[in-house]
Amino acid sequence: MTVATSHRHRKVAEPRPPLALKQSRLPRWTLPVLALVAVGAGCGIGLVAGLDSTVQWGLIAALLFVLATYLLTTAVEGTRQAKDRLATSAVWTAFLLAVVPLASLLWETVARGTKVLDGYFLSHSMGTLPDALPGGGVYHAIIGTLEQVGLATLIAAPLGLLTAIYLVEYGRGRLAKVVTFFVDVMTGIPSIVAGLFVLSVWILILGFGPSGFAGSMALAILMMPVVVRSTEEMLKLVPNELREASLALGVPKWRTILKVVLPTSIGGITTGVMLAIARITGETAPVLLLVWGAKTINNNPFDGAQQSLPLYVFQQWQQGSDASYDRAWAAALVLIAFVMVLNLVARGIARWKAPKAGR
Amino acid sequence: MDYSTSPLSETPPPPPAAASVSGRTVRPGDRIFLGLSRGSGVALLVIMAAIAAFLTYRSVLAISGDKSNFFTTLDWNATGTEPKFGIAVLAFGTVVSSVIAMAIAVPVAVGIALFISHYAPRKLASPLGYVIDLLAAVPSIVYGLWGALFLVPHLSGLYGWLDDYLGWTGIFSYSNGAARSLFTVGILLAIMILPIVTSVSREVFLQVPRMHEEAALALGATRWEVIRMSVLPFGRSGVISASMLGLGRALGETMAVATVLSPSFLISASLLDPGGGTFAQNIASKFSEADTFGQDALIASGLVLFVITLLVNGAARLIIARRKEYSGASS
Amino acid sequence: MAKRIDVSGLNAYYGAHKAIDDISMTIEPRSVTAFIGPSGCGKSTFLRTLNRMHEVTPGGRVEGKVLLDDENLYGAGVDPVAVRRTVGMVFQRPNPFPTMSIFDNVAAGLRLNGKYRKSELKDIVERSLKGANLWNEVKDRLNKPGSGLSGGQQQRLCIARAIAVEPQVLLMDEPCSALDPISTLAIEDLIGELKERFTIVIVTHNMQQAARVSDRTAFFNLAAVGKPGKLIEIDETERIFSNPSVQATEDYISGRFG
Repeated sequence: MTVATSHRHRKVAEPRPPLALKQSRLPRWTLPVLALVAVGAGCGIGLVAGLDSTVQWGLIAALLFVLATYLLTTAVEGTRQAKDRLATSAVWTAFLLAVVPLASLLWETVARGTKVLDGYFLSHSMGTLPDALPGGGVYHAIIGTLEQVGLATLIAAPLGLLTAIYLVEYGRGRLAKVVTFFVDVMTGIPSIVAGLFVLSVWILILGFGPSGFAGSMALAILMMPVVVRSTEEMLKLVPNELREASLALGVPKWRTILKVVLPTSIGGITTGVMLAIARITGETAPVLLLVWGAKTINNNPFDGAQQSLPLYVFQQWQQGSDASYDRAWAAALVLIAFVMVLNLVARGIARWKAPKAGR
Repeated sequence: MDYSTSPLSETPPPPPAAASVSGRTVRPGDRIFLGLSRGSGVALLVIMAAIAAFLTYRSVLAISGDKSNFFTTLDWNATGTEPKFGIAVLAFGTVVSSVIAMAIAVPVAVGIALFISHYAPRKLASPLGYVIDLLAAVPSIVYGLWGALFLVPHLSGLYGWLDDYLGWTGIFSYSNGAARSLFTVGILLAIMILPIVTSVSREVFLQVPRMHEEAALALGATRWEVIRMSVLPFGRSGVISASMLGLGRALGETMAVATVLSPSFLISASLLDPGGGTFAQNIASKFSEADTFGQDALIASGLVLFVITLLVNGAARLIIARRKEYSGASS
Repeated sequence: MAKRIDVSGLNAYYGAHKAIDDISMTIEPRSVTAFIGPSGCGKSTFLRTLNRMHEVTPGGRVEGKVLLDDENLYGAGVDPVAVRRTVGMVFQRPNPFPTMSIFDNVAAGLRLNGKYRKSELKDIVERSLKGANLWNEVKDRLNKPGSGLSGGQQQRLCIARAIAVEPQVLLMDEPCSALDPISTLAIEDLIGELKERFTIVIVTHNMQQAARVSDRTAFFNLAAVGKPGKLIEIDETERIFSNPSVQATEDYISGRFG
């Protein structure tokens, strides 16, 4: 025994009897029993105090459970274990706390959305139907959304892609740094500000009226930084050896990029673009400012007000009648379904095209 | 990225016949391609510059026409000959609702992220992560619809209860009515940004090197101590940037606020009672009735929102840069 | 201070895959025992069963008995956290906590296990760093991050951190494989000093190292890739390297090995 022990053992007396591998632990059934008791007490208190919301009962029960386990564990197993338990219950509580509203959101949308969602709803516009009456559909909104998002993608995807290629394959000077910085700034633009920008130039200064295309420009501004970021990430994943191998064979750089770099990363890039599309599909604010919304079908995105799915949801909600609420939920369901499908397909591509060694 | 010294001086090996090795010929293909890609980068800069310039220009028009102080006026009346409007209420509402949202969302999101990365059984963890990623893609208008038609009616009970016990603070006083208040907006924004903050945080927590966790485990740390010693310090800057991403969304969110809030141009200490407003919500709800000058006024308020989000993002980047030394990314 | 380890009938699994098969051995206190064998033979896995670190890898599972003196590490009611406090570990790659200073790294284990006065903490940290032959190199920069040290210094920092909590046993999983020859020598010297106080088990790929530092050597092997690893023999290091009783050991040591 060396220098070590003599004056330490005085202080640390309690935790180190010869070998304390076994520590007193709560029996396994304690936690379930405590949970049951807490739920019981929560309901009891809720009933007696006349709290009308079951959310409050749940909160009381959760609080009681956490408190009781903490105190009991401290008494039996010590503070370290108690803190560990406390953290575990806190993490579980956070999870349950979040599941409730998010599950409710999905449930409400599906339950209320399916009420009027049918073939008729998908294939008809609102036409001249008064808002308070049932009937009508989202056909015009779907057309509008597809056209606006399509145009926005046509603008943003090539620009974003080329910018990313510039940053990764060519960019080393000051210009690249400035561009990187402003891509970051652009990522933070609130969607309504993008809408205001196009409004100030396109409508207020150049004097054009509302159109799907005006909305597309704002959506493109929102989409571009997302495309640049994700494409950059993907291009950086392409190993340098591949580029060198190609260059060493005498292939010019631009053909190396087109024939070697891009094909290697095309899966990831596609995923990034699709996720960006999913993101702008749900944008309402710029569409509200620039496309205005319409009740009838307008197939021309370059002239006159159009409808879009998110805006349709908003305007039907604004009408405030039961029939329009039903339509709002149904359109919300269509919107979610569209975005989800895009997401699933995008992630599917990512997984399918991913190199085998992915995490 | 390092394979060429300079894009233009690159000398590819000679093609079969012509071109000498030493020739500094630039291929047309290379030139066009470089031009295109650099052009896109420049176009992006031009767009950013244009956004700043035009928003500022229209804002100057609006603010110079404002007959009262743009920053302190508690009113929004941008029509007629005596336009009087100010952003005080909007700034207050935006900040308060976002702060509430962050206060609720960040701890919960970190909790869920830890749950997925370190607590949940493995079979549950990866589908959960997947679901969270999908939820992050749900459009905000859907949150808004759900908030207005489902959340608001369910909150008045809770608010009455808060009023009974905490009403004396002033902040939590609540006179019955629809719960279309800043606090509700805060809760809804919290729910809305929860998936994105969780998703990014989880990603960071999963990247904590196994060896740091094992270092703590081998010292005899409990699970919570492992998290405190190696996971949280490693993930801190990631959580900060995730939170800032969430904050950015909360500050600029339009539809979820516009559907839930019953706006008024008053600053009230009571956060549970209806009233107040935010920049984005005000733009959306005042836009349809605004004339050209009214639209300029709204653009001016949008510019302020823009500046605020820029500051928030900049601050986040500073915090992260300063923490780099200790981030452990180097080792 | 140091304890004897008695392993009997130990199997370890990764999910359905059996990584080591039916291992029994005795590890003497206050000595250095080296584990050698080809890659994938389960020696690191076996090492990690000795402080219940194996079960933290997803799917990791252990059967059998590990007696520390007379107490079974896998017995009912045994707290793995307490086991890991009693059996310290040093890893292949140095892994100081990147967010902590040198001082805090060494004190990390102590702070988990109770309250210490500042002066006490200082004493123990100094003693542990001296014990790891690192004190003279870092005494002027105790508040700098540990990740700023060289690889060899970081590894000694990790050893200081492990011995600061005064474990009974010290497990080392290829502690020198990421280090240059000079740092390796420093660690080997250190191991020679530490065995006065601890039971040391070291996994190594380097047979010269095993011959230099260990008193006893255990040779592990596996029948084929995908088959579980087995203990072939364990004996005095001298005998293993001069006159092993099993042919496979001799083949491996003399390099006649696939």
